[in-house]
Amino acid sequence: MEQTKVIDLKGISKSYNGETVLDDINLYIRDKEFVTLLGPSGCGKTTTLRIIGGFETPDSGDVYFDGVRINDVPPYRRHVNTVFQRYALFPHLNVFENVAFGLRVSKVKNDEIVKRVKETLELVNLKGFERRSISTLSGGQQQRVAIARALVNNPKVLLLDEPLAALDLKLRKDMQNELKALHERTGITFIYVTHDQEEALSMSDTIVVMANGKIQQIGTPTDIYNEPKNAFVADFIGESNILDGVMIKDLRAKFAGHEFDCLDGGFEPNEPVDIVVRPEDVDIVPAEKGMLKGTVTSVTFKGVHWEIIVDIQNFKWMIQTTDYCAPDSEIGLYIEPDAIHVMKKSEFSGMFGDYSSYSEEFDELSAPEEPAPEEVSEQ
Amino acid sequence: MKRSFLEKAAAVPHIVWMIMFIVAPLLFVIYFAFTDAAGKFTFSNILNLSNYGDIFLMSVLFAFIATVICLLIGYPLAFFMSRLKPSTQKVFVLLLMLPMWISLLIRTYSLLALLDNGGLLNSLLTALNLPAVKIVGTPGAVVLGMVYDFLPYMVLPIYTSLSKLDIKYFEAAEDLGCNGIQTLFKVALPLSRSGVISGITMVFVPSISTFYISQKLGGGRFDLIGDTIERQFLMNNNKNVGAAISLVMMILILISVAVMNRFGDDDGGELIV
Repeated sequence: MEQTKVIDLKGISKSYNGETVLDDINLYIRDKEFVTLLGPSGCGKTTTLRIIGGFETPDSGDVYFDGVRINDVPPYRRHVNTVFQRYALFPHLNVFENVAFGLRVSKVKNDEIVKRVKETLELVNLKGFERRSISTLSGGQQQRVAIARALVNNPKVLLLDEPLAALDLKLRKDMQNELKALHERTGITFIYVTHDQEEALSMSDTIVVMANGKIQQIGTPTDIYNEPKNAFVADFIGESNILDGVMIKDLRAKFAGHEFDCLDGGFEPNEPVDIVVRPEDVDIVPAEKGMLKGTVTSVTFKGVHWEIIVDIQNFKWMIQTTDYCAPDSEIGLYIEPDAIHVMKKSEFSGMFGDYSSYSEEFDELSAPEEPAPEEVSEQ
Repeated sequence: MKRSFLEKAAAVPHIVWMIMFIVAPLLFVIYFAFTDAAGKFTFSNILNLSNYGDIFLMSVLFAFIATVICLLIGYPLAFFMSRLKPSTQKVFVLLLMLPMWISLLIRTYSLLALLDNGGLLNSLLTALNLPAVKIVGTPGAVVLGMVYDFLPYMVLPIYTSLSKLDIKYFEAAEDLGCNGIQTLFKVALPLSRSGVISGITMVFVPSISTFYISQKLGGGRFDLIGDTIERQFLMNNNKNVGAAISLVMMILILISVAVMNRFGDDDGGELIV
């Protein structure tokens, strides 16, 4: 699958008022790819997108588009279009004129404008909305207009800045599917910014995980999930038990007071490492048969599975299981070699504790704040 | 919800004030406009106004030119100001407001002192062995006076509506291929229409009714509506004709303001008047 690099960022750094926002970002994006920049707020993902769009200039480093350096090309001459976070639809124009805006600026003939706007509105399921004014549309509909307004110009690359952040959950799921379908149908390169790991996992060809202005890992969704590079990535994507461990030798790791067989190697003998065990990869067995033994401290019913917290030597593990375990009961854990993922120590080691303070409420609170979606229903 | 007695009472001073100084004088104007010197009802004041047709026309023309110039200078200035960082914007707004704290008469007088035949400008030109220029007494001087006095009233409402605009609109326009000029005309201008209309109203109305500027800077050669009204009341002591002119001018202004508001209707009532 040899494809050309459509965007190539080389050594991009950027700071505001002495605060580093981007630190030596190197990233290339292949043609027709769906790439997601994923990270918590303030990680530099939006700044990266704005540098590609031309709204920010990097302090150092170069931006290449189709092999041509475009650092000094203003946004209006770049072959990229943006779907802005809060849509930024023009309130003085109706749906048709909003979508037609880019075509009118580039002096496309009127019959062709009519034809292309109509086609694009159909593509985003807004047939018949041409004459509506923007203020009468729901959030989801405005979102579609914003996407149509960008797509109608046939950009080489479409930049999407948290486009679904202001929508409610149900609508967000639908739009995820629609965006994925649009990407396949149009063959346009999508660069998508989000803080929502689930969104990133379900839509992207490639995920770029960012934190503190640096790229932490680039990979396919399965790579990122199964082989996180460091504690930050492991914690940010999905649930994970991150433990201190030692790599005794290749294929043999020690953590939680027990030695395990594993599939990783290439470390120094007795090198300190971070160990990730995903909650769904742990098997529950009777206490006497387990590799590890612990006490169940809480059990939460999640529909598909139970989520239980197990105290093992004062480290609280999260385990997802379809078997019910009573609180305060003693259980054993069995961990297959392929469930253990070993990572090098990093600046993030030790930053993510166990699940002793875990609560869903807290998880919600710490999610980047977004305004409550205004519309719940659509159509 | 019923309003409490106190809430009602709080409005009383203002209502009394409005009745005494706005409503009553208006009624007097109407009364005098339709009566003769002896106090008898008549239409002749209004019917004779055709004699003043050219004065009306000239006043409208002067006010129109001054408004256009204010708009041409004011809009770019307001646009420029709204794009500065907030602390610099405050300085600009202050500089713009500063002259408004000084009486219009004093400002006009200072302008006269600068431009008069023996004024600062001409003294300077003479000292440099350049020919003196005659400015006072020309139509240009009257328009200059109006622009100088009323420019802030154009800039401030436009600046207010521009500074409220989300920068994302400009970025979106640029993203869709607009250069600076196209962004200005396709996005900034339509989205700040309410400010433009307020500005035009606030410059046009005082320009059309001014009398002081034309007397001082026009050297007495231009008789505008305001001057005519003043003369009828103070010199000719013919308050009936003066009232009739005032009434007609008021109606003309009301009509033009109503027309302007029509254009700005869907922006949601941010207008003056």
